Amino acid sequence: MTLSFRVNGRPVTVDVPPGRRLLDLLREDLGLTGTKEGCGEGECGACTVLVDGKPRLACLTAAIQVEGRDVLTIEGLAASGQLHPLQEAFLATAGVQCGFCTPGLILAAHALLAENPSPTADEVREYLSGNLCRCTGYEQVVEAVLRAAERRR
Amino acid sequence: MAVETQQGGAVGQSVRKVDGPSLVAGKPLFTLDLDIPGSLVGAILPSPHAHARIVSVDTSAAEQVPGVRAILHHGNVPRVPYTTAGQGWPEPSPYDTVLFDTKVRFVGDRVAAVAAETEDAAAEALARIRVEYELLPPILSPEEALAPGAPIIHDEPDAEGIYDASHNIAAAVDIPIGDAAAALAAAPVTAEATCEIPYSQHATIEPHCVIAYFDDAGRLVVRTSTQVPFHVRRIVARVVGLDPARIRVVKPRIGGGFGSKQEVLLEPVAALLALRTGRPVRMAYTRQEVFVASRTRHPMKVTVRLGATKDGALHALEMDVLSNTGAYGAHALTVLSNVGSKTLPLYNKAPHVHFHGRAVYTNLPVAGAYRGYGATQGYFALEVAMDKLAEKLGLDPVELRRRNYIRVGETSPIFEKIGEGREGTAQIVRSCALEECLRIGAERIGWREKRGQRREEGPWVHGLGMACAMQGSGITGVDMAAATLVMQDDGSFRLLVGATDLGTGSDTILAQIAAQELGVPVDRVLVYSSDTDFTPFDTGAYASSTTYVSGNAVLRAASDVRAQILDVAAAALGERASALELAAGVVRSRKSGKSLTLSEIGHRATYVTDQRQIAATASFACPESPPPFAAFFCEVAVDRETGVVRVERFVVAADCGVAIHPQAAEGQLEGAVLQGIGHALCEEMLFSPRGRCLNAGFFDYKIPSSLDAPAIEAILVPSEEPTGPWGAKSISEVGINGPLPAISNAIYDAVGARMVRAPFTPERVRFALGVIP
Repeated sequence: MTLSFRVNGRPVTVDVPPGRRLLDLLREDLGLTGTKEGCGEGECGACTVLVDGKPRLACLTAAIQVEGRDVLTIEGLAASGQLHPLQEAFLATAGVQCGFCTPGLILAAHALLAENPSPTADEVREYLSGNLCRCTGYEQVVEAVLRAAERRR
Repeated sequence: MAVETQQGGAVGQSVRKVDGPSLVAGKPLFTLDLDIPGSLVGAILPSPHAHARIVSVDTSAAEQVPGVRAILHHGNVPRVPYTTAGQGWPEPSPYDTVLFDTKVRFVGDRVAAVAAETEDAAAEALARIRVEYELLPPILSPEEALAPGAPIIHDEPDAEGIYDASHNIAAAVDIPIGDAAAALAAAPVTAEATCEIPYSQHATIEPHCVIAYFDDAGRLVVRTSTQVPFHVRRIVARVVGLDPARIRVVKPRIGGGFGSKQEVLLEPVAALLALRTGRPVRMAYTRQEVFVASRTRHPMKVTVRLGATKDGALHALEMDVLSNTGAYGAHALTVLSNVGSKTLPLYNKAPHVHFHGRAVYTNLPVAGAYRGYGATQGYFALEVAMDKLAEKLGLDPVELRRRNYIRVGETSPIFEKIGEGREGTAQIVRSCALEECLRIGAERIGWREKRGQRREEGPWVHGLGMACAMQGSGITGVDMAAATLVMQDDGSFRLLVGATDLGTGSDTILAQIAAQELGVPVDRVLVYSSDTDFTPFDTGAYASSTTYVSGNAVLRAASDVRAQILDVAAAALGERASALELAAGVVRSRKSGKSLTLSEIGHRATYVTDQRQIAATASFACPESPPPFAAFFCEVAVDRETGVVRVERFVVAADCGVAIHPQAAEGQLEGAVLQGIGHALCEEMLFSPRGRCLNAGFFDYKIPSSLDAPAIEAILVPSEEPTGPWGAKSISEVGINGPLPAISNAIYDAVGARMVRAPFTPERVRFALGVIP
């Protein structure tokens, strides 16, 4: 079936079989490999993308569910070539170790800051609790989000 | 060597991670981000039985599935015994594995593999392979494995290097120093602890994955998520019967390893499928396969007996280990050895030491390398026993450690007696800031004020606990790393290293080590790592080796290149090289004040006079393994009614020598501590009575999320390791050794229950408190 939506601000029309996952559509058909697959079962959050600004797990989302919607992937955050303040903050605090969970974490944090521009550390921990990271102790991740929030003010 | 604290020096600065901007932008850096057109999908048929003989494999129906291109099983793959352990050659692990065997030894063992055009076709083909099994009685614990008359798990005649296959013993170690039994019997004060760690999994967020394809010259390229690219090349060549010269292994960015990717698992299967089909083949474990079919920590039961004088001087130490290596013996001997070799030297003054243990086969998933590598298991028992001893002596546990830990200039006989599957290497400790770690950690947690207070808040009771640990920096007599440093005509540098950055930041740290010597900013050193065609050899990223071993190789190469630069400049300026200094990208004469930029020097050497490539290759073989030290302190709250344990605060103070990149070192420490907290509170793989894993996924096997993680305060306490690059030693593993005993000791301080079986779940705590009827 034909599917039309916007990805990173760009209109896209593609043919997809009904059961295709948004994750596969993004990675394989559109070449947006910044979205990662860590478990394929909605457990780890590595495939988090924003659909109309809300965090969604691309592994549990059927591609057809984004018909007419706005999808933001990690590639769309630095589309101008300039890193987004959240991306800069993750670098500044060493919130990135292996980087595999990072795109999902940054997009979830992006949604948080849109909802709540001045979160507390506890609010950050709460909001990011669906995005597993095995490298850090989350200290540097939380610090990154707080830093980005501060820079935006 | 002294650390220069010159302005703009690269070492000691938390510079931007060299691969960071690409990682945060989601660039296609990881193994499966690369799309090789025409790739087939590979998949593996797992055994549904814990222990069975394969009577027959019928692939006729599977072959009829449209899109199936190859099926591998024991009937059509040559039998080559090997070990999946990615260790230096000859590996100290038994050759007890073949790609496809006529026997399966755990639920999830490899029975067959297919390559097909699509994932659906591959799944359909797997479902249509008919396998007839003759069931054998499964062995699901080390005690059953050792029982007289137990079924023999490795009865194949062609296995090599098994300690005693007929009794299911993969490896055994017995190291007596002095007479520990007599010394314990005579000791005025003794303490004993037996601690047990279950199956747990590394849970890297990126599953194991690989693409095998052919390049333009027909050579096989294996792009894989590995910690050991050079070992992958060697082992794949052997197992699939290909000339190693025809194999190139490429390591892109890796989504975490922690030891689980020090194992050669999917690579030979993908390589063989590619060879059989002539097509590129991509394979990835599902999350369930990562849990069951990759590797785990070795479950262990460790008993420690301590004998001391009345003033708390340790006189005898005994450590007895029963390790469960699962169905195959990957790292069985070396992890077992490390239980003693990385723990007992910490308390080096006891003249009587006895370390002995066995690693036993069972029909459960295969254990392997996991951050800490046995030391984690050993410290759990050792540091709980030390807590008990302190109580018996009426001594502050911190003070007991102070009276016994190894000091600068001292040694331990264990260094020489226990090595990596053989004898070790004598060494003395040349740097140790444990005293300061203890002082800062105790102060930060409020040790004096809060310990023993049993502060109550409703059902919650607070308590404090502590532990110490050390690790090593590489493996003496085994690890070797090499680096090639090339100066370009523009005065920038290319650094080629076999070292493998698996998310640790080692590419950045190695660039810093070179930049410091070359007097340039880090961004003038382009790092290219881990490609067996283009980078020199490195044993790989394990055993806390990269900063120390690979870093020393980089520093040697940089010193050589620096000397060459000064020679060219000396000729150009007509001065002696000894009168020149190199800093901030400029060579300047102290005598005349004349100067040349690196670009001018590069252009001169490349194009103008006495033309040559300014470059050097250097290697470093690890003659000693300086231990990093750490002191761990935590405050817990225990709910007396529910048994829930909450870690309120965790303080870790660690001595990793000079931290090349302090932020990265803190990140390693915090991450290791959180994994250790997971071990202590929630992580455990559970099995059915037939050996099937019941919680092979993140819903049922809980790893800490941001909500579960307590405040972790990581403090780097500097020392200067004279043999390390710019004074550095390792940091990656030591942090995981402390949480289990520190939390157990804190629970004891709070409620008086000794938790000796991890994880300390509410059920176990209630049981220990006698709340459970």
